[in-house]
Amino acid sequence: MSFYILKRLLVAIPVLLFLIVFTFVLMYAAPGSPFASERGIPPAVLANLQAQYGLDQPFHIQIWRYLVALVTEFDFGPSFIYRDQDVNSLIAQGFPVTLTYGFWSFVVAVLVGGALGILAAVRHNTWLDYLAVGVSIGAQVLPNFVLAPILVLTFTLWLGWLPGGGWQGGQWQFVVLPVIALSTSYMASIARIARASMLEVLTSNYIRTARAKGLPARRVILRHALKPALLPVISYLGPAFVGMITGSVVIDIYFSTGGIGQFFVASALNRDYGVMMGITILLGALTILFNLLVDVLYAWIDPKIRY
Amino acid sequence: MTKFRILATTALLTQTAFAPAWAAETHPVTGEPLAADQTFEYRLLDQFPSIDPQLIEETVGGHLARQLFEGLLTQNADGTLRPGVAEEWSSEDNQTWTFKLREDARWSNGDPVTAQDFVFAWQRAADPATASEYAWYVELSQITNASAVTSGEADPSELGVRAIDDRTLEVSLARPLPYFPQMTVHYTFMPTHPPTVEAHGAAWTNPANIVSNGAYVLEDMAVNEFVRLVQNPEYWGAEDVIITEITGYVINDANQALNRFQAGEFDMMDDLPAGSYPRLEEEMPDVAHSVPRLCSYYYTVNQTETGHEALQDPRVRTALSYMINRDVITDQVLKAGQAPAYSFTHWATADFELPEIDYALWSQEERMEKAKALMEEAGYGPDNPIELDLIYNTSENHKQIATVVSQMWRPLGVTTKLSNYEWQSYLEIRGNQNFDIARSAWCGDYNEASTFLDLLTTRNANNDGKYSNEKVDQLMLDSVTMSDPQPTYAEVEKILAEDMAVLPIYHYTQNFVLDPTIRNWPTENVENNWYVRDIYRVATD
Repeated sequence: MSFYILKRLLVAIPVLLFLIVFTFVLMYAAPGSPFASERGIPPAVLANLQAQYGLDQPFHIQIWRYLVALVTEFDFGPSFIYRDQDVNSLIAQGFPVTLTYGFWSFVVAVLVGGALGILAAVRHNTWLDYLAVGVSIGAQVLPNFVLAPILVLTFTLWLGWLPGGGWQGGQWQFVVLPVIALSTSYMASIARIARASMLEVLTSNYIRTARAKGLPARRVILRHALKPALLPVISYLGPAFVGMITGSVVIDIYFSTGGIGQFFVASALNRDYGVMMGITILLGALTILFNLLVDVLYAWIDPKIRY
Repeated sequence: MTKFRILATTALLTQTAFAPAWAAETHPVTGEPLAADQTFEYRLLDQFPSIDPQLIEETVGGHLARQLFEGLLTQNADGTLRPGVAEEWSSEDNQTWTFKLREDARWSNGDPVTAQDFVFAWQRAADPATASEYAWYVELSQITNASAVTSGEADPSELGVRAIDDRTLEVSLARPLPYFPQMTVHYTFMPTHPPTVEAHGAAWTNPANIVSNGAYVLEDMAVNEFVRLVQNPEYWGAEDVIITEITGYVINDANQALNRFQAGEFDMMDDLPAGSYPRLEEEMPDVAHSVPRLCSYYYTVNQTETGHEALQDPRVRTALSYMINRDVITDQVLKAGQAPAYSFTHWATADFELPEIDYALWSQEERMEKAKALMEEAGYGPDNPIELDLIYNTSENHKQIATVVSQMWRPLGVTTKLSNYEWQSYLEIRGNQNFDIARSAWCGDYNEASTFLDLLTTRNANNDGKYSNEKVDQLMLDSVTMSDPQPTYAEVEKILAEDMAVLPIYHYTQNFVLDPTIRNWPTENVENNWYVRDIYRVATD
C-alpha cells in the first residue's frame, strides 16, 4: 500500500510539471498584457515594469526561473496586478477562508445528502422517497449563481436575519449563506448517488440473507448495506471536495468572502500571470492529492480492491 | 494573525480616545444634530491593486488615497482648490511655482511633513525604477526634465522640483502652465514618507507599516473583503473631522451590492446595476443621485490605412455622426441623466464655454438629411454600401448603444459588424488600430478642457483613431501660455466638429445611492473626488 502511495506521488510530479508548462504557454498566448492600460505608459517605465517581473527574458528562461523559485523557495512570485502583495500572501489570506466555507459545505452536503439518499432508498416508493428525490432534483437544477441572490433577497433584504456578505474572520453568521449556496447542488448529487447505490445494494443476495436470518432492519442497513452503498459516493467525494474548497468563484464574488475562488476569473481577465499560475498549481496539486486519498479510502472500505 | 488583531484593537481604542466626542452634539457650522455613530461605510467596486499614491492607477485606490494622504492642494465640495499641506502657492510667470507648506502638517507617526517628502514622492513617481503606470501624469504636468526622467535619460534628481527649505517647495516647469496647481490635487502627487518606503519596500502600505498624512490612517484590510480606516489624530485639521471610521466593502456584483445597500449594510455605492437608475430615482428620490461626471463617451474613428478607406473622408465621418440620435441613447437606453454630446470636452468642465456647434442646434431630421447628402457627395450610399467593424469592450450598456447606433447608420447604406472583447484584449486591438470604429471614453485627469482636447493632438498616445490636424496641434500648443485659453479651446472644438475627429455620443453622469443621513456630500465635484473629512452623519429621531 505504501509503495502504491509513493508511486502515485511520484507520478504526480510530471503531471504537475506538465500542468505548469501548459498553463504558462496558454497564458502567454493570450493577447493583452497585465500592464496594458488606457493611459499610455512611457516606454522606459514599461521596460522597467517588464524587467521587474522578468518578462523581458526569453520564454524558456522565464519558466525556468519560475520553476526554480517554486521548487527551492516555494515562492509563487509577485502578483502582476496587486502591487502591494505577492501570490504567497494572497493565497495565505484567501485560502483559509475558502477552506473554511468549503469544509462546512462538504460536511453539510455529505451529511444531509447522504442521509436524504439513504432514507429515500430505505423508504423506497413512499412519500418520503418522493420528497427526497423532489428536493434533490430541485436543488440540482438551482445553480449557485441563482441560489445566492435568492438567499440574499430572502435572508438579508426581507428577513434581515443574516448579513448579505463579508467574512469578518469567519464569524458564523457570515458563513451560513455561502455554505448553503455552495453545498446545495453537491448535496443533491450525493443524495441521488447514495439513493441509487443503496437501492442496488438492498436488492443484493447477501442483504436478503441477512434479512432472512432475522436481523433487525436497522442492523441490516447500518451494518451490512451502508458500507458498500457508500462506495460510489466516495468516488464522487474526491473531486467534489476539491470543487468545494476551490471552485467558489460565484461564492467569493457574490458574498465578498475574500476567498481564492474569484482569482480564477479575475486573474485571467487581468492577465495577472503570477496569481493565475499560483491558483492553477494549487488546484492541480489538491486534485491529485484528493484523488489519491479517495483511492486509498476505497481500498480500505472495499476488501475486493488491492493495490 | 491574533497578535495583529490585538494590535489593531489597541490602535482602535487609542484612536477612539483621541476622537472628539461628537456624540449628542450638533454640527459646529450648520447646527444640525449629529448622530452618535459617526462611521461611514461604502462599497468598493473591486479590490484595489495598490494604495501607494505613486502606484495607484484606478479609482478605487484613488478614493482611498484621498482619505489617507493629503497633497499640496485638495478640493472644496464644489471642486475648487483648497489649501492642503500647502498654505500658500504662487507663481509670477506660471512656470516656476512656489508652495509654502503649513507648519503643523504631520505624518501619522508624528514626523513633520516636509518639502523633501514631496520631492521624494514626485521623483519616485517619475523614476522608471518605480515603474509607476501613472508616470505619464508627471510628464503631463510639464515639470522640467519629466520626460527625460521617465524615459531613463536623466537621473530622478534632475526632476524640476526642489525643497528650498523644509517648508518651501519650488517646482519649475518646461512650459508655463496656469492650471498646474489643479494638477497637484491628483494622487500621483501626494507625498509619501521616505523612511517608511525605504524600510519596507513594496510592503510599506500594509496596515502594520503604513505611515500617511491624511485625515485617516489604514487600520485593517482583507484582500477582496474589506478595508478599514480610522481617524488620524496627527492630522493638522483633525479637530474638524467628524466621521471617525470608514469601512469599504469589496462587492463585485452590482446587483448584490444594491441588495446589501437596501438592507442597510452600508451608506454609499456608485456603479449601479445597468438600467437600475430610473427605478431607484422613482422609489427613493432622496437616496438616488445623478450628477455630472467629467467623462465623455465617444466613438473613435480609425483614420489610418488599417481602417476603412471611407473613414479618412471627413464627410463620411460627419455623416455617421449626424445619423446618431443622441437623445435616443440618453433618454431611452441610458436613462440616468446623461447629456447628449456634440463636443468632445464635457460640458461641465470648469470655465469651459461650449462653442456653438451647428449640428447640435439642428433637429434630428435636419441632421439626417444633411448626412445623406454628405454621403452621396463622398460617393457612398445604398448603391455603394460601406461595411464597418465596430468594436466595444464587453458591457451591457456598450452593447446596447452599439446596436442602436448600427441601426441608425443603416439608412446610409452602412452595415456594421459588432464585435466585443474583454478589456485587456480590447486595449491591445484598439491601440493597434485593428478596427474601423471603437467605443471609447475619456475621463478628465484634472478639471480643465485641455485634459480632453490634448487627446486629439497628433502625438498623443491615446489618440487611437490617429486623427491629425496641424491647426489643432498648434492651437493646443499655444493655449498653454495663454492667460485665458478658453476661447482657444472653443475654437479647437469647432475644428473637431468640422473634421468630426471623433463621434461624441454622451457626457457622463455619476449615478450613486447615498444614505440620506450622510450630509455635505460633494455632489458638485465633477471629478467625483470626495473627502470623508468633510462629510458627517446627522441624527434621525
